[in-house]
Amino acid sequence: MADVAVRAAGLTKWFGEGATRTLAVQNVSFEAFFGEMLYVVGPSGSGKTTMLSMVSGILRPNAGTVEIEGTDIWRLSGDEIATFRLRKLGFVFQDYHLFPRLTTQENVAIPLILQHRDWDEAMAEALRDLKIVGLENRAALPPVKLSGGEQQRVAIARAIVSRPEILILDEPTASLDGDTGRTVLSFVRRELLTDQRCIIIITHDARIFEFANRIMHMEDGKLTGITQAGAGPMEVAGET
Amino acid sequence: MLGIFKIAYKLLVNDRAKFAALLVGITFAVFLMIQMTSLFSGVLSRSSATVINIGATMWVMDPAVQTVANSIPMPDYVLDEVRSIPGVKYAVPLYSGGALAKLRDGTYQFVTVMGLDDATLFGRPRLIDGNIQDIFAENGFIVIKDAEFAKLENPTIGTEFELNDHRVKIVGIGEVATSGLFGVPTLYTTYNRALQYLPNTRFTASYILVEPKTASDAAVIAGRVHAMGYLALTKDQFIDKIAAFYTFRTGLGTNILLMTVISFIVGLSISGQTFYTFIIENLEKFGALKAIGAKSRELVAMILFQAAFTALTGYGLGIGLCAVMIWLARLRIPDYAAVITFPNIGLAFAMVVIIAGISSYVGVRKVLTIEPFDIFRG
Ligand SMILES: Nc1ncnc2c1ncn2[C@@H]1O[C@H](COP(=O)(O)OP(=O)(O)OP(=O)(O)O)[C@@H](O)[C@H]1O
Ligand SMILES: [Mg+2]
Repeated sequence: MADVAVRAAGLTKWFGEGATRTLAVQNVSFEAFFGEMLYVVGPSGSGKTTMLSMVSGILRPNAGTVEIEGTDIWRLSGDEIATFRLRKLGFVFQDYHLFPRLTTQENVAIPLILQHRDWDEAMAEALRDLKIVGLENRAALPPVKLSGGEQQRVAIARAIVSRPEILILDEPTASLDGDTGRTVLSFVRRELLTDQRCIIIITHDARIFEFANRIMHMEDGKLTGITQAGAGPMEVAGET
Repeated sequence: MLGIFKIAYKLLVNDRAKFAALLVGITFAVFLMIQMTSLFSGVLSRSSATVINIGATMWVMDPAVQTVANSIPMPDYVLDEVRSIPGVKYAVPLYSGGALAKLRDGTYQFVTVMGLDDATLFGRPRLIDGNIQDIFAENGFIVIKDAEFAKLENPTIGTEFELNDHRVKIVGIGEVATSGLFGVPTLYTTYNRALQYLPNTRFTASYILVEPKTASDAAVIAGRVHAMGYLALTKDQFIDKIAAFYTFRTGLGTNILLMTVISFIVGLSISGQTFYTFIIENLEKFGALKAIGAKSRELVAMILFQAAFTALTGYGLGIGLCAVMIWLARLRIPDYAAVITFPNIGLAFAMVVIIAGISSYVGVRKVLTIEPFDIFRG
């Protein structure tokens, strides 16, 4: 059995009070392991984003705990959680949120800059990761000059540049066509999944289920089950 | 930390259009504020030119005098009474008036004539040519070489012209510290010759210049002069009185104040508005930085840096532009009155700080309230 990367217990979140109160996530418990690609699927509004926000230290739960590599993150102070996110987690947001006025390379370097790393060093490492996603020849361009699929890869490069143990991707294929989506996901699986890293992906896209190890199903804020998926349990699979 | 500022700098400067609009707003505001206030300072210091140039410690005058140029003559007994006040080291009369000079080519030129006490010549200008004793020679006058000098056809020693139908002979060329406001050449002669040449009322002394024995005597003298029904002011008090007249009793002060306020408001609205759009445009990205792990105070530092950088650049450009404008104006009008003083620059700086403060306050509030969860949700 691989090491536990994330352990969530009894996660609960509601919004609003009184009559308008919506229970977005109810009593969700699960574990995610190093070396696995874990999908979270479910209908729109079922609480996937809310649940992963609590897991990644962005949204404070009303009840429940999140342990990442043994640290109970919601016991940390606000600044400590921010630092924790900066060092341990990498995010690919659904609409990327790249700075249009910075070059692709500078965008990728941002997590390192926020870690107060030396500028030239950060730029060098950003270029290294742009190579990994195959975009080193776009380093000096602003992201708006890139295609949707390329921007997605820039966002991925930014998420991995600080070598986070946990990588979270929200709807990574939502704005990509089917083939590009599969190419990106097979790349993520092949190049980024190691046995020191856990990748959690929110998706609606059944065409990429084959790259998952396990799939968590959510409905109405509740975890309705975890199934084994195409890539099988816990071994790092190549594309072929 | 340095890298964060570099990012902030690039976000700002790479957005060429907005950065340009921000700079134009601040530069324009600073330029207008400094231009207006320095013109005002220039006018104020010019308006007291005679007070500064004569250099007397105390001035006795009719209480109704508002500016040095518009003197009200006092009867002779006032001089005697002032001389008898204990604490007065000496007191001399000063004549100040205007006359028409008829130049050799037949044109007329208005001039200011200062009549200095015959016994002491107190308040005389520094001579750059000629001998001061020649002022007592027949028709002797000294002309001041300032920006208005050319209006008397650049006289030299020996030049003659008519003044109110009397003959004038230039016996000396002098210079003074400050030139006057009205663009009129200045002649100096003796008190008695001034009375003789210029039409006057029964009363003759425009001012009585007083030197107290000690600084503490000034208050006593002022009190005694007041009891006589006249006004005694120290040099600084007189300058302040003249400044107050131009500031509050003419449209000048109000208009300058209004222009300064308007340029402040225009600068604030252009820069504030642009900075606000700039922040709004980048708000989601700042939210993404928060989600990635930037601390709020780092984002605040970035915004303050951007505001400060823009403000200081615009401030520098504004001052530069103003200096260039004054320099250009001097090429055409040698005696252009504007002077950039430290209080002017300080006032403009304070206003720029306020503009930057208000603009960044709005930005900082926006960035502090943005929830990374909302960015995450898309
Ligand atoms: N800030 C909020 N205020 C009120 N309700 C909220 C807020 N955020 C989320 N919700 C509600 O919580 C529920 C879960 O939302 P969430 O975004 O987690 O769903 P999701 O599974 O990610 O959906 P989607 O697939 O559409 O992204 C929804 O009913 C949503 O309306
Ligand atoms: Mg969602």
